[in-house]
Amino acid sequence: MAQEKTYIEDIERTLYDIKNVDKSKYKSQSGLTEDIIRDISARKNDPDWMLEFRLKSLEVYNQLSLPNWGPDLSELNMDEIVTYVQPDAKMTGSWDEVPEDIKDTFDRLGIPEAEQTSLAGVGAQYDSEVVYHSIQEDLVKQGVIYTDMETALHEHEEIVRDHFMKLVPPKDHKFAALHGAVWSGGSFVYVPEGVHVEIPLQSYFRLNAAGAGQFEHTLIIVEKNASLHFIEGCSAPKYNVTNLHAGCVELFVNDGARLRYSTIENWSRNMMNLNTKRAVVGKDGVIEWVSGSFGSHVSMLYPCSVLKGENAKCEFTGVTFASKGQNLDTGASVIHCAPHTSANISTRTISKAGGKATYRSAVKVTKNAPYAKCSVNCESLMLDDISRSDTLPTMDIEGDEADIGHEATIGRISDEAIFYLMSRGISEDEARSMIVRGFVEPIAKELPLEYAVEMNNLVNIELEGTMG
Amino acid sequence: MEKLLNIKNLQVTVADNEAEDASKEILKGIDLQVNKGEIHVVLGPNGSGKSTLMNAIMGHPKYEIAGGSLEFEGEDLTELKTFERARKGIFLSFQTPEEIPGITVENMIRTAKQAVTGENIKVIKFRRELKAAMKELQMDESYAQRYMNVGFSGGEKKRNEILQMLMLQPKLALLDETDSGLDVDAIQIVSNGVKKFHNEDNACLIITHNTRILKQLNVDKVHVMMQGKFVAEGGPELIEKIDKEGFGFLQGAE
Repeated sequence: MAQEKTYIEDIERTLYDIKNVDKSKYKSQSGLTEDIIRDISARKNDPDWMLEFRLKSLEVYNQLSLPNWGPDLSELNMDEIVTYVQPDAKMTGSWDEVPEDIKDTFDRLGIPEAEQTSLAGVGAQYDSEVVYHSIQEDLVKQGVIYTDMETALHEHEEIVRDHFMKLVPPKDHKFAALHGAVWSGGSFVYVPEGVHVEIPLQSYFRLNAAGAGQFEHTLIIVEKNASLHFIEGCSAPKYNVTNLHAGCVELFVNDGARLRYSTIENWSRNMMNLNTKRAVVGKDGVIEWVSGSFGSHVSMLYPCSVLKGENAKCEFTGVTFASKGQNLDTGASVIHCAPHTSANISTRTISKAGGKATYRSAVKVTKNAPYAKCSVNCESLMLDDISRSDTLPTMDIEGDEADIGHEATIGRISDEAIFYLMSRGISEDEARSMIVRGFVEPIAKELPLEYAVEMNNLVNIELEGTMG
Repeated sequence: MEKLLNIKNLQVTVADNEAEDASKEILKGIDLQVNKGEIHVVLGPNGSGKSTLMNAIMGHPKYEIAGGSLEFEGEDLTELKTFERARKGIFLSFQTPEEIPGITVENMIRTAKQAVTGENIKVIKFRRELKAAMKELQMDESYAQRYMNVGFSGGEKKRNEILQMLMLQPKLALLDETDSGLDVDAIQIVSNGVKKFHNEDNACLIITHNTRILKQLNVDKVHVMMQGKFVAEGGPELIEKIDKEGFGFLQGAE
């Protein structure tokens, strides 16, 4: 009996790959010089301190070298990346005023529809600028602010100035410095003390222009005893040149507050996704991360939680799906800085068709954090023999009485499990999908509904052939 | 009598991992005919090839048919894939059932039932039937929402196999040591399940080491396998003889 090798089709990306004609109003020159930074800053009408901040960041950027660990970034040629692309559209609060082709894009992605059915506020960014923003009126009345970063910079300058890149300083690493220099767009959310935002807010970032970078900045402040669920989605069509995403997310979760931050990154396969996300959590506060990394050529993404107040908690749930030509290096890090802080990290990674998925985590328990509790569970599944999965956890425990647990498994779909399902009448393709769906199920049930559906579609991989 | 399973001079090999390019013959010419309404029992020492026979009927890719014929309802099975055989009405209760994380018992059985019947199975009616069958097997209802065999005890896994058999209603049920590792009460429950399942239109082929499970079943034929061959065949009286004397009296028969 001849056995065919199992062949796995790639994920259907047609929806994301539709690209619009680049009708941008303005594009900065390629590369990075002081003139370009000054030009971007002037166009954005930055306050003086922000221009200075950008220029300082540029200095830092020039001093720092690329990280000497993780995926190879040598393909990235900064002289070719356009750092600022201004779409031919003004920020508006009405979809009718958004230019047709841009609105079409967001329609296809289901954003306006989701806004009507399940969201309390929506922001949509196209290339470097936010083109649409809305928020329910009763939230505004309660003092909730949800707007694009540029508007926040002018209307809430003090708050922005007090928080902007305080959690992720430009000197953190080269791409944080780059971000500080050229950032554009992104969302600003402020939830006042005691206010509970019951329905999620969602921002969607779409990068249309070829060879461009997207550097949106997300700044969320949840005051004492307040709560919020924030969702971010990202995608881009495929081009033959490298695009760069170096966003920055800073989350301030104050005492007794709770923030759930969900993202699905579904970038195209020419994207270098070098994103920095960090949260600081006060006493009794909770940060919940739900993170899905599906697209991009190379990703380096390790959301970090700084548990600063006593009894602060972090829940991290992540899924990474690396296919052909992808090197996705993802994970999480937690820094326990106060007594009785706790963290729970649970991730699933899948690699197939030669993709490489690495889980990388860092847990640090400082001397000031006795009775810290941290449990890490990471599972990897390789769908074929040519794909790779690695787990690289590190732990640095200085606090007393720490309770640290780590579990990691790397496996393949077992032929016995396939045989078992097939003996129940289930076809081989369906059996494989079922096993993969089952593998990511603990994560899928944490995702917002529309993304859970998207992830299900993603794992409905087409297969042919017999067991190989 | 309507023929269900018809096996003639079946020879089965398995790839030998120890020596490359070599394959080891496990079944050395088996003849077996199972008709509708019958219960057959296969007895024999460990390693004699009993499970291989079950796996070969179900189409496990590890086993290769080297000769002979394997027919189900007059149709050649050898070219059919495992799921196609299942859809024809063959069911295997595994000796060591697989754990499938993330897939609930209910979801799994409903998906299987849709696959086997080719019909869309309505949730509410299905749930009612599933509950009734679980009650029959003294399984707690909450198991319907648990992941397939994950964290189940040995006995719970076996009951879950019988549950699937009751829900899928195959024409031919292959039970591979479904009673092994079970306590007396559990054997009784499983035995009741098989008794409830069995009727004039289906058949069972049972491998067992423990004849207790057979006490309340009307066994039609007993086959004794040693070193890949049937060395003795007969009626239920053979069970008693082996129970008393072991396989010793058959030594040299092969």
